[in-house]
Formats: sequence, structure tokens, C-alpha cells
Amino acid sequence: MATFTLPKNSKITEGKRYPAPAGAKKVKAFKIYRWDPDSGENPRTDTFEIDLEQCGPMVLDALIKIKNEVDSTLTFRRSCREGICGSCSMNIDGLNTLACLKPIEDVKGDVKIHPLPHMPVVKDLVPDLSQIYAQLRSIEPWLKADTPPPPDGERLQSKEERAKLDGLWECILCFCCTTSCPSYWWNGDRYLGPAVLLQAYRWIADSRDEATGERLDALEDPFKLYRCHTIMNCARTCPKGLNPAQAIGEIKQLLATRGG
Amino acid sequence: MSIMQDSREATMIGRRSDGTLIRRPLSPHLQVYDMLQMTSALSIMHRISGVAWVAGVVLMTWWLIAAAAGPSAFATVQWFLSSFLGILLLLGVTAAAWYHTLAGIRHLAWDAGWGYDIPTAYKTGRAVLIGTAVLTALTWLALLISW
Repeated sequence: MATFTLPKNSKITEGKRYPAPAGAKKVKAFKIYRWDPDSGENPRTDTFEIDLEQCGPMVLDALIKIKNEVDSTLTFRRSCREGICGSCSMNIDGLNTLACLKPIEDVKGDVKIHPLPHMPVVKDLVPDLSQIYAQLRSIEPWLKADTPPPPDGERLQSKEERAKLDGLWECILCFCCTTSCPSYWWNGDRYLGPAVLLQAYRWIADSRDEATGERLDALEDPFKLYRCHTIMNCARTCPKGLNPAQAIGEIKQLLATRGG
Repeated sequence: MSIMQDSREATMIGRRSDGTLIRRPLSPHLQVYDMLQMTSALSIMHRISGVAWVAGVVLMTWWLIAAAAGPSAFATVQWFLSSFLGILLLLGVTAAAWYHTLAGIRHLAWDAGWGYDIPTAYKTGRAVLIGTAVLTALTWLALLISW
């Protein structure tokens, strides 16, 4: 069910303000969503003023600086800091992206940081992704084949067959796209969302996979697949420049054109 | 006990450090997302223009029924439709119909597998907006000339 307002316990209140250290030359304010389960209070927005002369170039650098030097309770996921692990996905300046790939100077005015939208919050910028992981499991994201592999080597692909996976294999499962999709916000209990559908297409498009028919059967559902209304927020927000909307379009076309 | 309507409900329950249960907040969505970006803005406009167009068809039906009902009923509708509000409504319906048609063609192109990349989607989006303005103006120009 679509509810456009936030529940009472989720409304955001004004939080604390941490002013820049004296003598700071290039001050930028970071307005960060905070929620602490132990306090039992509503989420709040804390403002941290940071001297950019003393900080790395990316939003993640600022988050780490705040955690190291200002408030060690600030909670967020991060790992590789180079856009390959997908941990630091969050909503920055109104769009979902990876904090490690987002230059601070790309943001005009204050840097507003929220967790991925329309998700249960575990703490601060950490959302609970278990629903999306369960949905990913449901599309069985692995190679399925009854034919045994050649005894002397691997299952081979032509260059053309392999090229069909370009734009799909690069997905790092950060779920920026899924949580940017209004359709997923309202119907995420049953709609699989852009990231999981892109993964589904990644295996459908794989020449070595022999379960294409069953995969398409499983997706032919008014909610799982067809809640995609080609809004295109997914392609707009993907920090890896992929196009989940197009992958979903390919699945729809395969379903529309297959015989029987 | 109420029946759980939404499977996501289970993930709304969290634990405090001491193990007691707490209801987690839902992270902000419409409140913080950039909804004015071309992708989602044109999408919601497609829906709204569809509803507006249907409302326009109801208006048209009223006009036809009044024409069949007799001169006095017809005069009432004519008076309303030629009032400032009536003209504004008709103008809105014209724009909505053109927008919905052009955006619908954009959707057909997507369904045929064309125009998904973001630069193209932005170009076609701009074309739909400009096309709506031009075709609405032309429609009304033709109307005024033939009046």
C-alpha cells in the first residue's frame, strides 16, 4: 500500500549542531540523518561543519572524518572506498549513490545525507536489506545447466555471447536503483525491483544457462516484474552507469515474443 | 491479532543493545528524493494527464448529453464552457491529451526496446514537453481561426 507520508515514529526532528573548529578556512555543512535504537527517540538531522581543507574529496571521506574526529557513534557501511563493494550506498543531495564515488564539491550548499529511501533503518545510515536479499535469492542468481560441462575445460562462449552480459555483470548490488524506484517504495513487498530484475536478466541473457524458460515463467507475474512502469529513476541513479530499466525491458520483450 | 498485510513488516522490528524490541523508523523517501528530475517527474505527469484526459471526456459527455436534452440545457453548458474557468479547463484538457499521447509514444518506443539510455531519455523527455506546448498552441490557434 502506498503511504506518501512518513509514519509517526519516522518523522525527522532537528538534531545537534557541531560547529567547525576555530580557524577553519573552507567550511561545508553536512546534514546527516541519525537514528539510535537505544534512545527510542525519533530520527533527527545532525549538522556537522567540516573544514574541507582538512578532508578528502569524497563524501565518504567526510563521513569517516566525522566518525574519527567528531562523533564516533555515527554509523554507516563502507569498505572498499573505490566503488566496487557497494557498501556505502546512501541518499546524498536527493539522489542515491555511493558515498565513495560522490565528490563533495559536486554538491551545492549543504550536503544532505539520508539512508537509502523507504527502508527500515537499523541505525543512522544503515538500512535493513534483508527483504532485497531474499528477493535476490528468489531469482536463483547462479548458472543452471543440465548438460555437464566439457570434461576437458570450461563452458565456452563466443565473443558475441559474452558481450550480451556487458552492462549486467558490473552490478555491485548496492541497491541504489531499487531504493530510488517509487514503484518499489509502494510495492516492494511483491515487486522485485530494478537491481534484482537486472540480476534475473543477467542469467537469462547468459548463453551457458539452460533455465531461461523457467526463469521467464517465474517472472511472469503482475507484481514481480510488471510493477515496473519505466519510470527510469533506476538508470538515472546507478553509480555504475548501468541501465536496469533496459534490462527489465528486455525481459518484458522476451515474455511478449516467446512462443506458446 | 491482525494479519500481516506487507511482508516488509517483519523487517520493521529491530532490537536495542539490551535485546528489547523496538519499531524501526522508515527512511524518508518522497520527503528527500529529488522528484523533480526528468525521469520520475514525467512519469507521474503521464498518470496525472491520463486522469485529466478522462475528466475531459466526462466534460465532453456532459456537453453531448446537454445537446441532446434541449436548448436550455445546452445553453447552460455553453455558458460554462465559454466562461474563463471553462476555457481554462478545456485548455488544460488539450494539454493533458497531447502530453499523454506524446509520452505514450515515448513509452511505446521503450517497450519496443529503444531509447533507454539516459541521454536519449532526457532528449525524448524534452521533446515530449516542447511537443506538448507546440501542439496545444497549434490546436488552439486552429480553434480560434475556425471559430
